[in-house]
Amino acid sequence: MNVIEITNLSFAYEKEPVLEQINLTVKKRDFLAIIGPNGGGKSTLLKLILGINPIQSGSIKVLGRRPKESLRNIGYVPQNTNVNTDFPIKVIEVAMMGHVEGKRPLFGYGKDEVLCAMGALEQVGMADFAQTKIGSLSGGQRQRVMIARALCAHPKILILDEPTSSIDITGQRDIYELLKELNKYITVIVVSHDISVILEYANKAAHVNKTLSYHDISDKHSTFHTHGNNEHFCEIELLQMLGSEQCNTCKEDPSPWRIKP
Amino acid sequence: MIEALQFDFMQHALLAGILVSFAAGIIGSLIVVNRMVFLAGGIAHTSYGGIGLAVYFGLPIFLGASLFAVGAALLIATLTLKKRHRIDTFIGLIWAVGMAIGVIFVDLTPGYNVDLMSYLFGSILAVSTQDLYFMGALLAMILLIVTLRYRDILAVSYDSEYAGLRGVNVRFFYTLTLVLSALTVVIAIKVVGLILVIAMLTIPVYIAEKLSSSLFSMMFISGTIATLFTLAGLWLSYSYDLTSGASIIMVSALSLGVFLLVSKKS
Repeated sequence: MNVIEITNLSFAYEKEPVLEQINLTVKKRDFLAIIGPNGGGKSTLLKLILGINPIQSGSIKVLGRRPKESLRNIGYVPQNTNVNTDFPIKVIEVAMMGHVEGKRPLFGYGKDEVLCAMGALEQVGMADFAQTKIGSLSGGQRQRVMIARALCAHPKILILDEPTSSIDITGQRDIYELLKELNKYITVIVVSHDISVILEYANKAAHVNKTLSYHDISDKHSTFHTHGNNEHFCEIELLQMLGSEQCNTCKEDPSPWRIKP
Repeated sequence: MIEALQFDFMQHALLAGILVSFAAGIIGSLIVVNRMVFLAGGIAHTSYGGIGLAVYFGLPIFLGASLFAVGAALLIATLTLKKRHRIDTFIGLIWAVGMAIGVIFVDLTPGYNVDLMSYLFGSILAVSTQDLYFMGALLAMILLIVTLRYRDILAVSYDSEYAGLRGVNVRFFYTLTLVLSALTVVIAIKVVGLILVIAMLTIPVYIAEKLSSSLFSMMFISGTIATLFTLAGLWLSYSYDLTSGASIIMVSALSLGVFLLVSKKS
C-alpha cells in the first residue's frame, strides 16, 4: 500500500527552482531516508508533504488525500528542538500538545489525554521525566519527548527533520534504535544531511538535490559492494552511488563507514 | 501608611495597583515567552497618540487610548505575521509616530494644558471609580480567556509551527495576545505610565520564570510578585513623597538585582 505518492512535483521560491520533477512513492512501513546537501531542497519537500508550502505544480497524495487533509495522520518532529529551552513547561505538557483537536474539557486536560501522553512517553523511555521542566533535559532526551509528542496523535506516518543534528553519536544510535522499533507498525521518514548512521537503519533512500534519485537499500550487501572482508566503505563512495556529485564533509579525510555488523 | 488608607484616593490606588499588577503579570508572561517585548514597547508608546486624540475630541482618555493601542496591536500583528523585511524598523516607526500624533493633538487642543508627565510616568493617586471598573473588567476578561484557552495559548507560545500543524489558529492567538497586551498597557498607564510599563511587564516575569515549571504558575507567580512590588513602591512613594510609578519600577529593579545575586550564589 502506498502511503505517500508524489508525481511530477516542482517547486520554486520566487522563480528560483528548488525542486524539479520529483517522483516518489513511499510504501507502508518503509523507513525512508531523505538525504542530500544543505540547500538541496530536502526541507522544502518536507514542507510540501506537510502542507506548509503550497503545491505549485504536480501532485502529492498522503494516504490518498491532499496533504492538509491528512495532517492528523502524520506525526511530525521538527528540526530545532533546542530553541525556547527557557520556556517553563513540563515534559508531559509538551507531549500532550500532540493531541489532535477534538472533544476536550472546558479547562485543563482530559484523563484519557494524560494517559495517552504517558503511554507515548513510556514508549520513548521518558515516562520518568513527565514532571520535569523541558529545559533541564539533554538534547537527546528532548528529541525523545518530541517523538512522544508526535506519537500522541497515533500517526500512520512519522516524519523527522534532522532528528540527530545536535546529539552525540551514542544518543544518535539510541534515537535510531527507537525509530527502528516504531517502524514495526509506522512508516518512518527521516530527513538528514548526515548519512553515516541513517543508512544503516533505512530501507529506502531518496537523494534530493533539486532532482530526486531513489534507491532501495533494504539489502545493503548486494546494493553496495564493500571493501574486502572489512565490510566498510567511505561516505564519498556512498554519495556518488546515491547520486551526489560531491561530498563536502569528507573530501580530504574520507572517514570509513561501517555497515551494521 | 495605615492612616492614609482612610482616604478614598489611597484605597483606589491600592486596588488599582493590585488589579493592574495581576494583569501585567499574566500578560507580561505571554509577552516574554513569545519574545514580544519590543512589540509591547511599541504599543505602549504609540498609545500616547490615542491620549492626544481623546483630549482633542473630548473623549474619555481610557477609550481613546484603548482604541488607538488596539489599532496599533492589530497593525503590528499583521506586519509581523507577514514576516516583512525590516520589521523592527516598522515597529520603531509605529512607536515614535504614535507619540508624535499625541503631542501634536495636545498642542492643537485650545486652552487645555494636559499634564503630559502624568501619562508618561503614571498618576496612581488619581484613579477614579470608573477607572477601577475598567481595570477589573479587563482583568476578568484576561483570566477568562487564559483559563478557557490555556492549551491553545500554551501551544502557540511554545511552538507555533507545530501548533499550526495540529489545527490551532496561530494567527488568531498571536493577534489576541497583542490586543490583550495593548489593553493591559492602557490600564497600566494610570499606575506606572506608558514609558515605565515595559519594566512592569518584564521584571516580575523574569523572576517568575526561574521559579516556575509551567506557564500557568509563571503567570500566577509574576502576578503576585508584581503586586508586592507595586505595594512596596506605593508605600515608598507615600512615605518619601516620590513619584509612584518610578518608585514601583525602582523597587522592581532593585529586587531583580538582589534576586540575580542570590540565585547566582546558590
